[in-house]
Amino acid sequence: MKRTLIALLLLTTLFISLACERRAGGTSGGTSGPIVVGYYGDLSGRTSSFGQSTKNGVEMAADEINKAGGINGRQIQIITEDDQGEPNKAATVVTKLINQDKVQALLGEVASSNSLAAAPKAQEAKVPMISPSSTNPAVTQVGDYIFRVCFIDPFQGEVMAKFSANNLKAKRAAILYDFNSDYSRGLYQFFKRSFTSLGGQIVSEQSYTQGDRDFSGQLTAIRSANPEVIYVPGYYGEVGVISNQTKQLGIKAPLLGGDGWDAPQLWQLGGASLNGNYISNHYSVDDPSPAIQKFVADYKGRYGILPDALAALGYDSMKVLGDAVKRAGTTESAKLRDAIGQTKNFPGVTGLITIDQNRNAVKPAVVLKLQNGKFVYETTIAPEGAAGTSASSSAAPGSAAAPPPPTKASSPAQ
Amino acid sequence: MDTFVQQLINGLNIGAIYALIALGYTMVYGILRLINFAHGDVYMVGAFAGYFIALSLGLAAPSFLGLGIVLVGSMIVAAIVGMIIERFAYRPVRKYSRMTTLIMAIGVSLLIENLFVARIGAAPRAFPDFLGSQSQPPIHLFGNAAISKAQIVIFLVSVALMLLLQWIVFKTKVGTAMRAVSFNLNSAKLMGINTDAIISLTFAIGSSLAAAGGVLTAQYNPNIDPLMGILTGLKAFVAAVLGGIGNIPGAVLGGLLIGAAETFVVGYGSNIGIASTYRDAVAFAILILVLLVRPSGLLGSTVQEKV
Repeated sequence: MKRTLIALLLLTTLFISLACERRAGGTSGGTSGPIVVGYYGDLSGRTSSFGQSTKNGVEMAADEINKAGGINGRQIQIITEDDQGEPNKAATVVTKLINQDKVQALLGEVASSNSLAAAPKAQEAKVPMISPSSTNPAVTQVGDYIFRVCFIDPFQGEVMAKFSANNLKAKRAAILYDFNSDYSRGLYQFFKRSFTSLGGQIVSEQSYTQGDRDFSGQLTAIRSANPEVIYVPGYYGEVGVISNQTKQLGIKAPLLGGDGWDAPQLWQLGGASLNGNYISNHYSVDDPSPAIQKFVADYKGRYGILPDALAALGYDSMKVLGDAVKRAGTTESAKLRDAIGQTKNFPGVTGLITIDQNRNAVKPAVVLKLQNGKFVYETTIAPEGAAGTSASSSAAPGSAAAPPPPTKASSPAQ
Repeated sequence: MDTFVQQLINGLNIGAIYALIALGYTMVYGILRLINFAHGDVYMVGAFAGYFIALSLGLAAPSFLGLGIVLVGSMIVAAIVGMIIERFAYRPVRKYSRMTTLIMAIGVSLLIENLFVARIGAAPRAFPDFLGSQSQPPIHLFGNAAISKAQIVIFLVSVALMLLLQWIVFKTKVGTAMRAVSFNLNSAKLMGINTDAIISLTFAIGSSLAAAGGVLTAQYNPNIDPLMGILTGLKAFVAAVLGGIGNIPGAVLGGLLIGAAETFVVGYGSNIGIASTYRDAVAFAILILVLLVRPSGLLGSTVQEKV
């Protein structure tokens, strides 16, 4: 009897404390108090370089805003959660951020599979979410509360297809993609569609799964098809090894990739075998524009390393969110959602950001060449309808969406 | 033709690594009738031991000497780890049913994996490239077929280690004792053999072979992480079963066959509508097939063991 009483008492206390927490969370929304922003990313898993870089960018942007007096006098408070790079954990931590921490907006994830797992939770709770760098189209199709500040895969795949066909004059391409990744499969399909429509031929299609360690079987099959370029739209962990094994099989065709290659660890895994390969990316640290150079210098001063594209996109996602809160004047969810959707020509470090009606950012991509541990600027390719649609134009100045690219390092010797 | 030869080289290359790990499974099974599920993780520990030895000695430049030091160092570390696992996890429960030891093995495996994830993170790390394979072109054979320095070293070192093992087991006194323990533990004890020491030594040898596999494979594929032992370990286990568990030449044969089979699935499967992602499924399909058709494995004795 006594035990039942104690149990009942404990239960009651639990309910009261839960109720209190609920009320405490409720008051922080609206126009006063700190702006609570949840950031979730892979901080300890296989793609932890992505999560860490993005976190650095997000925190740097938040600190800059807070030092300048906050937004409408309100300070930004970032709550970080590690999803270990796994979709089901991403959904769990986002649920926690929404229900327990009462965040007013969410930033994350990098990998599209993780964003896709978390986005329905944000949509359901009507908490605006901005993905800094998930490029799979399906991410923002989850609902009207989901946005992104990067370009999408149809464009990224098209950029590399155009670059292969027009700049490298390739007619025969092979593809090696990650079978279980939404990102990799998306890029594979869009590259294929675009490359064949430009008159090219896909001579071999091979796949692997994340965590595979041996790619010699696929690469030998690719080698026997004799391609001029090999498109490998994967993540750095596997790509570094693929590049290494490509070299060991004596394959000379360059590998082409996307923004998933962009991590310092790529060079440790692939080393000199990566020289002469190309990737599409969101921005280049070589870009001489003062805004970018100031960002690069500040980031280097703070973290001691050069910002990769994911750091830049993390920074931009926080700045776009801050700008939207400022214009909305509140963090009330529907108004904040509308304000993010109305973002137009916001000057980010990854280019001018305009959110289109599908909640995606429209902006140009850069192609970078891998050379001795560096990503060297090669060319800029603008989206259809924006600047010059011709892919071979290495300079697309004067357009609203494309900042003039740097002209140095236009590869004197291939 | 050159493509076929190339796929064979690729397959035997992975197979050699499976064989090195399978030897550990088969030796421990031969002596204790125990499937040591932590063995795949010892392979991972070996790779990381090599990585940290290279890091602490500042070895990174391509050199055979560097590889030799790292290889021997990691084999010693793994041997010690293997003996610790045997002494503190398996020996105390050896007197209970075999199921207890099996569950213990699974527990040890999960413990090692999660300790490593917690301590050093799951992100892949890059093993130093001692053979310069990142920058050097491979050695040309004929047509398009080529073999890289890393592949040659993997073959030579694994064959040397297998011959060494064969010599230990059949030509030395400890080898005779190991075979005696494997034949009948209690009789061996009555004959004055220190069975605990022999079992400990068996774990040490098996673990050091797995570590050698870990360091060698990292020369071909520099990507190492705390969970690298799970799938590789399981496939090596399948290799041991395929060859006939408890049989040393069988483990080598099984390893080479599994390696070749999965490479051919990747290389030629797409011609007959099997995606390259089926490579792992094939190894386990072979396991099921072997258990159904010939449970004693290719080289295993058909006589039922007396227990």
